[in-house]
Amino acid sequence: MNIAFAEIQETIRMVQMESLDIRTVTMGISLKDCIDPDFEKMNERVYNKITTYAGELRSVAEQVEKEYGIPIINKRISITPVAELLGHATKDEAVELAKTLDRAAQFLGVDFIGGFSALVHKGITKGDQTLLDALPEALSVTERVCASVSVATTRTGINMDAVQLMGKIIKESSERTKDANGIACAKLVVFCNPVEDNPFMAGAFHGTGEGEAVINVGVSGPGVVLNALKRHKDADFGEISEVIKKTVFKITRAGEMIGRVVADRLNLPFGIMDLSLAPTNALNDSVAEILEEMGLERVGTHGTIAALALMNDAVKKGGAMASSYVGGLSGAFIPVSEDNGMIKGIEDNSLSLSKLEAMTCVCSVGLDMIALTGDVSPATLSGLISDEMAIGMINKKTTAVRVIPVPGKQEGDMVEFGGLLGRAPVMGVNPFSSEKFIQRGGRIPAPLQSLIN
Amino acid sequence: MKQKRAVVSVVGKDQVGIIAKVTTALADNHMNVLDISQTILQDFFTMMMLVDVSEAKDLDKLHHDFDEVSKELGLKINIQLEDIFQTMHRI
Repeated sequence: MNIAFAEIQETIRMVQMESLDIRTVTMGISLKDCIDPDFEKMNERVYNKITTYAGELRSVAEQVEKEYGIPIINKRISITPVAELLGHATKDEAVELAKTLDRAAQFLGVDFIGGFSALVHKGITKGDQTLLDALPEALSVTERVCASVSVATTRTGINMDAVQLMGKIIKESSERTKDANGIACAKLVVFCNPVEDNPFMAGAFHGTGEGEAVINVGVSGPGVVLNALKRHKDADFGEISEVIKKTVFKITRAGEMIGRVVADRLNLPFGIMDLSLAPTNALNDSVAEILEEMGLERVGTHGTIAALALMNDAVKKGGAMASSYVGGLSGAFIPVSEDNGMIKGIEDNSLSLSKLEAMTCVCSVGLDMIALTGDVSPATLSGLISDEMAIGMINKKTTAVRVIPVPGKQEGDMVEFGGLLGRAPVMGVNPFSSEKFIQRGGRIPAPLQSLIN
Repeated sequence: MKQKRAVVSVVGKDQVGIIAKVTTALADNHMNVLDISQTILQDFFTMMMLVDVSEAKDLDKLHHDFDEVSKELGLKINIQLEDIFQTMHRI
């Protein structure tokens, strides 16, 4: 046997004890050929195309999972940003299309369908406006549909009109699902510099530069990295980086292989491999605990950003060596509700909203799955979004905001979202108003790419 | 004919009949054992087998058979295609 006993045991240990998993196999499908001025025809074409293309997705993924003994947690679909289909549609038709997507996802047994999206970082088209108007209703009457809106990029600046709108949309989505803790907002992301091939939700969409259909894979394993670090108690930072790189390399290799097998069996091209340390509420499957393992008493204390920066970079380095096509958002996610360590950090008053904001400067995405008090105003939400967009724009990175104002809840309350979405302590926002700032409207110009200080 | 190989790993408390029962399950499912290595680590029986699964038709049945053996003897049995170990541990 040319594989050592110890190596086999290492793989088994990673899967069974340290929660190594393929977080998602996401099939990207272009819907451009479904566009039709007659809404009924388009609606039918969209349903037929998705259910035909992804008909085998779930069964193939489950078969591969069984053969290789590596769990594939979610099967997902990402589609062409729906705003591009809505040029001639009305708001009600847009909601109808969202229901169609939900029905397709349900029929196929996939967990989420992403791409109820609009790219409005420079301006808003008719189709974009229709989608934005429909968003709160669409998200509250569907279960598996995920939406994202790009409101800023480094090359175009920040569309503050869109930022203002998003504050209102988030607030309304929350109100419409107040019986379920504002859950609609958990399916809505506001982006700066979004990527076109991201397999993770809620921000996945099948970008305009993508092909007809593609398989993208997202792998996760904070638990594996955490346990690797636990075996190196006294390592210095160079060694820590090395341990993370090696561990991530192995995880990525496993993910890429599984992705290629799935793509091959579905007769589709393999797109990218997204290695993101995405936490879950499972024991030890936490990004915050990795930071604490490096020597921080509690996540959020001084040193947190340095630790996160080191980890995020090491993850990218290991992943880049292991896969031919790294893409998506690769790095580390810090969704609060899905990470027991982050939750504890907030409960112990170590981690604050401002610190989380600062952490997004060095992690792979942004303010993610944060529950806010129910009385937060749309303008304050817009202000929060504009800050996060500015961080992404200036640092030339993807940033995102996925916050959930929870109707009727006060700071310190705990809310349950259920499933992979977890639970979160409600956080308070700055009590001073951003109203006048947000009302100005217009665009914040694109930043200078030179004279960088 | 091309071989398709998988690794079967068995971990549990050492007792009479482990190899017999596991290999019976394999034989019932038309899987040929190519290599076995086995050791006792602190009272724990650990075994790795390389098996040829190119004749295997019904993976679900094999999983079911393994489940019965593991319940009966209190073992942990896994089967994974060999490629996954190659990819993870070899460049």
